[in-house]
Amino acid sequence: MATNTATIRVPTAAEALLLRPPRSLWSNAWYKLRHDRLTMIAFGVLMLLALLSAAADLFSQNLFNYTFEKQDLLNTYHKPTFDPPAYLLGSDEIGRSQVVRLLYGGRVSLAVGFVAALVNLTVGVTIGLTAGYFRGRIDDLFTWFVTTLNSIPTIFLLLIFAAIWEPGPVTLTVVIGLLFWTGISLYVRGQTFALREREFVVAAKTIGARDSRIMFKHILPNILPLIFVLAAIDIGAIILVESALSYLGLGILPPTPSWGNLLTNATSYFSIAWWLVVSPGVLIFLTVLCLYLIGDGLRDALDPRLKAEK
Amino acid sequence: MRNFIVRRLLYAIPTLIGISIITFVIVRLSPGDPIRFFVFGQRDITGEDIARLRHAYGLDKPIPLQYVDWLIAMVQLNFGQSFIYHQDAFQLLLGRVPATLQLAAVALALQLLVGVPLGVIAALKRGTWGDGLIRIFGVAGHAVPQFWLGLVLIIVFAVMLRWLPSQGLLTVGKDVWDLPDRLRHILLPAFVLSLTGIANYSRILRTETLDVLSQDFVRTAHAKGLHERTVVFVHALRNALIPVVTALGGILAGLVGGALVVEQVFSWPGVGQFTFQAAIAKDYPIVQAATMFVSALLVVSYLLRDIAYAIVDPRIKAG
Repeated sequence: MATNTATIRVPTAAEALLLRPPRSLWSNAWYKLRHDRLTMIAFGVLMLLALLSAAADLFSQNLFNYTFEKQDLLNTYHKPTFDPPAYLLGSDEIGRSQVVRLLYGGRVSLAVGFVAALVNLTVGVTIGLTAGYFRGRIDDLFTWFVTTLNSIPTIFLLLIFAAIWEPGPVTLTVVIGLLFWTGISLYVRGQTFALREREFVVAAKTIGARDSRIMFKHILPNILPLIFVLAAIDIGAIILVESALSYLGLGILPPTPSWGNLLTNATSYFSIAWWLVVSPGVLIFLTVLCLYLIGDGLRDALDPRLKAEK
Repeated sequence: MRNFIVRRLLYAIPTLIGISIITFVIVRLSPGDPIRFFVFGQRDITGEDIARLRHAYGLDKPIPLQYVDWLIAMVQLNFGQSFIYHQDAFQLLLGRVPATLQLAAVALALQLLVGVPLGVIAALKRGTWGDGLIRIFGVAGHAVPQFWLGLVLIIVFAVMLRWLPSQGLLTVGKDVWDLPDRLRHILLPAFVLSLTGIANYSRILRTETLDVLSQDFVRTAHAKGLHERTVVFVHALRNALIPVVTALGGILAGLVGGALVVEQVFSWPGVGQFTFQAAIAKDYPIVQAATMFVSALLVVSYLLRDIAYAIVDPRIKAG
């Protein structure tokens, strides 16, 4: 029967088109993201803001020749102008350069957002995974704790904490990180619930894998897409909360500038210097908007159930 | 149904206990001695007097016992005397509740009356520029810092155009029942407070309406020749509106939390502003009373939401 052994059929042109190399979830998502113009723009703007803030020292020394605390009492409420570049976005009530302060403020606001979100994700994912995987008593305890935390408006808790303990930037970041994980953990728990019943988890259990291995090697990679989406939205939400808290005088305190506390004083002078009110707010809005758009874009790109046509 | 409500009520008890523990701990473990705040500025106070005061207020007992004492008093709505006003903390707080309720009620109404139609319109006009605009708003509305929007609106409408007042509940000296005046005062803060919810509802309703419109029963309704309007408003919308109830929990939490910031921006004499001032002044009885009150309010609204949800969607009761 083995007469015509070596008849390899050359694929026709139409078939060759169908034989595209297989794409993994991540390369597929990356492909979709690259063609999602809005998300890419949002990502670009966010990167630009982050780079500008990161290079705040460089800009303030070389371009603006101004430090963030340098005052000039002869040039208070200077209108936005190109002439001394330091007053590109105007000056405040003691002649400090708004643009330099915004750059440094961005550094603080973004850092708080990213670091607190990292704390938050670590705590939220670990707790959510544990509760969803072990269920039973642990899950009951989890549910009770999360319901309790969710019933106290977070901003109340944060405000009281900040007013009573007067924390520094680092403590504040950690506390925000430790308070905002409930939403994340609920999502992770829900996904874990569904995944732990799947065949691959049962198979891993059958060959004797430890619980921690199943949780972190088998279940976690499957919820990673969700975690990326949650992370983008989480950072945005934290930046909003930090700015509100700093505006109220309870978050990042002057002289350290943050986008929120730049607005604290600006409100007293808005009839004279409107530019002091506009610029920090626009930057907060832009940053958070970009993060939310990235979150939306990631969700579309990473959710395999959504087909390409959307 | 009754079983469901009873079970749900029982669930609320451990939550309330948890809240009370957090409220107690966060204040009780604070740095500094409450007695020192209490006697601050008073001369001729000896160490012996302080010890006696500490004993009188039960502050020399172990912390868990103090918690039990506090809990028993709290159940009777006795949060102690305000350190600053030297009056009953809960009574002071109650005086601020109507202002916040007004603000929250108007904001909630705005959210439902604006957000829900926006979402439905976006879904019906899917793919048009109107849909695009509403979708952008759905994201942007979440990203605006509320306090900043409040400031900008004050600058534009109160300072520049002088159309609306910038702060307060009503014009000083005017009659309390002068409704047009109160409406002018509540407009800006209520709008700022409602924005996140409007964005939220427009997003939820858009997805939900699109989802429902693609279901079989809608095609059947079309197939039997019903008018487009009847299909949308009688058949589709009734099902698309269920998430309005579900989302209410997050919306209410957002209202309560947001009120704290918005009240501060607009000098609105409500619970949020009161709590903020008390927290700054380290007036712990008021801070504790306010936190417990607001959280209990949220627990009750979550309860009502779940019951409403069970009524709207009969599948829930069974689960």
